[in-house]
Amino acid sequence: MLGYVLRRLAGFLPVLLVIVSLSFFMMRLAPGGPFDQERALPEQVRANIEARYHLNEPLWRQYARYLSEVGRGDLGPSFRYPDRSVNELLALGFPVSLILGLCALTVALTVGGTAGVLAGLRRNSFLDYLTMSFALGGISVPNFVLGPVLMLMFALGLGWLPVAGWGTWKHLVLPSVTLGTFYAAYVARLTRAGMLEVIGQDFIRTARAKGLREATVVLRHALPGAILPVVTYLGPASAAVLTGSVVVETIFSIPGIGRYFVSSALNRDYTMVLGTVVFYSVLLLLFNLIVDVLYAYLDPRVQVR
Amino acid sequence: MTSRESRAASREGVPTEGRLPIAQSALRNPRSRGSGASPWQDALRRLRKNRLAMAGLTVLVFFVTAALLAPWIAPLPFDKTNLRYGAKPPTRTHVLGTDELGRDLFTRILYGARISFAVGILATLVSLTIGVTYGSTAGLVGGRVDHLMMRVVDILYGLPFMFFVIILMVVFGRNILNLFIALGAVQWLTMARIVRGQVLSLKTREFVLSAKAIGGSPRRLLIRHVLPNALGPIVVYATLTVPAVMLEEAFLSFLGLGVQPPMASWGSLASEGAAAMEAYPWLILFPGLALTVTLLSLNFIGDGLRDALDPQMSFQR
Repeated sequence: MLGYVLRRLAGFLPVLLVIVSLSFFMMRLAPGGPFDQERALPEQVRANIEARYHLNEPLWRQYARYLSEVGRGDLGPSFRYPDRSVNELLALGFPVSLILGLCALTVALTVGGTAGVLAGLRRNSFLDYLTMSFALGGISVPNFVLGPVLMLMFALGLGWLPVAGWGTWKHLVLPSVTLGTFYAAYVARLTRAGMLEVIGQDFIRTARAKGLREATVVLRHALPGAILPVVTYLGPASAAVLTGSVVVETIFSIPGIGRYFVSSALNRDYTMVLGTVVFYSVLLLLFNLIVDVLYAYLDPRVQVR
Repeated sequence: MTSRESRAASREGVPTEGRLPIAQSALRNPRSRGSGASPWQDALRRLRKNRLAMAGLTVLVFFVTAALLAPWIAPLPFDKTNLRYGAKPPTRTHVLGTDELGRDLFTRILYGARISFAVGILATLVSLTIGVTYGSTAGLVGGRVDHLMMRVVDILYGLPFMFFVIILMVVFGRNILNLFIALGAVQWLTMARIVRGQVLSLKTREFVLSAKAIGGSPRRLLIRHVLPNALGPIVVYATLTVPAVMLEEAFLSFLGLGVQPPMASWGSLASEGAAAMEAYPWLILFPGLALTVTLLSLNFIGDGLRDALDPQMSFQR
């Protein structure tokens, strides 16, 4: 197992190299620089700024410099916020994005999982149709429509929850639901399908024949098998939650990483954009590794090699 | 209803794999009238019975027709502003109200539909091309090449793809052609996996082996024998890609990275609406509703097609 994890970690290096190189050259190919403004800067000032950020060097020198810095875990200074390094900005925004993402995933797994199990157990019942209709609806409502509508209803209309911002648990409710709904719906469908597949198998019949309580049969015997597709989905889902948080953070004015990513991209804050992509890629690669290990643990048939 | 049907279908001995060659399916299916009932006709019959899918199809046809006819049925030019008549709720002349510049919302939604549907279809075609080429290459070549190609797909799956799309849009300019390509370029992964799986299982089947024995080139084997029999899953997944891409276009336009004004897509309309929703809630409600209903219809159709074409295919992404 340890060997497997180490080998996977080693395998991340070329992947990261490709990601960093790709995004680096893509950003630098873009017309317009981070210091282009409506009012042209004096030539001298401009030259000084470019020298400070090494933008006057040939591209390959900049690339080599960036690679060695990233290798040491330093993502460089932000072009847009001159006194801050990218590391500092990410450290500020990440806890916020992380909490939001985890809450959304929790919503998705608990609501979606429960709905999926119930629907799978009572196949073709009214409950099944109801939850699956909701699930299909949940997949079809874009989060940037759901967010404003929820805000309109629960914050502006009923006044139960704050409209936007960050601070208390109340601020978390609407964004988490907005972000989590799509995945809850997807998880519900996956769990239902998994449940249907497992519940007809011999070992479930055996468990029932032994006289176990239905709750034990479902939770201890059927569930681990039924959620395997959900576990596989966790990797792509977490990537998508990070992406979705860009919109949700914008809608609800949440000071996370996503909100700054778009403005950095538009302002050509190269280092900030690159830093975010690199950071999120590392995060997701690690997360996928954890998911794979978890999968092997849940399904003994899978051998990690 | 759908799962009951698929069980019924397997009891009847309807070929459960929609990809069986016609002659073989006729042998397996004693009920087929002569050699007439091809798997596709069976599938069509099953699809017709699926009420949700048919409802979705009806709504979709209605929306697409409206979008195509936009220049003729729209009451006003889509970029005609009337500042004195700004942001009014629905009235008889403006059935869905007007936005802050006094533009008719119904007209804007009609024209927005053209963009949204165009992106949905074209980006799906891009993803279809890449996915089928990549997947069938991996499946047909097999061995180490296949292993490597699929590892690449596995890795790409876990990456924050929309971030790359955002960079692409910033770098290559926010025009609509780039939008098609950028979205199509990130949506091919699942298609590649599905096609590869199909190719792997089909290439060892007797009819493909015999075609190979006669001396068919790999290209001919793929195009004449393997791909036509893998068409079912490909069609199903392509149908499910359309709403996914439309959603992503709307997502980008919402962030201001997609369609640029004065053109409108449903995403950019929703974005304008969200900014002004406190005072003018109809500006978010109607574009949001149009988008949601369309995506729902497309998902109904996709699910219905999956049940119809391949009842055995379990729900997977």
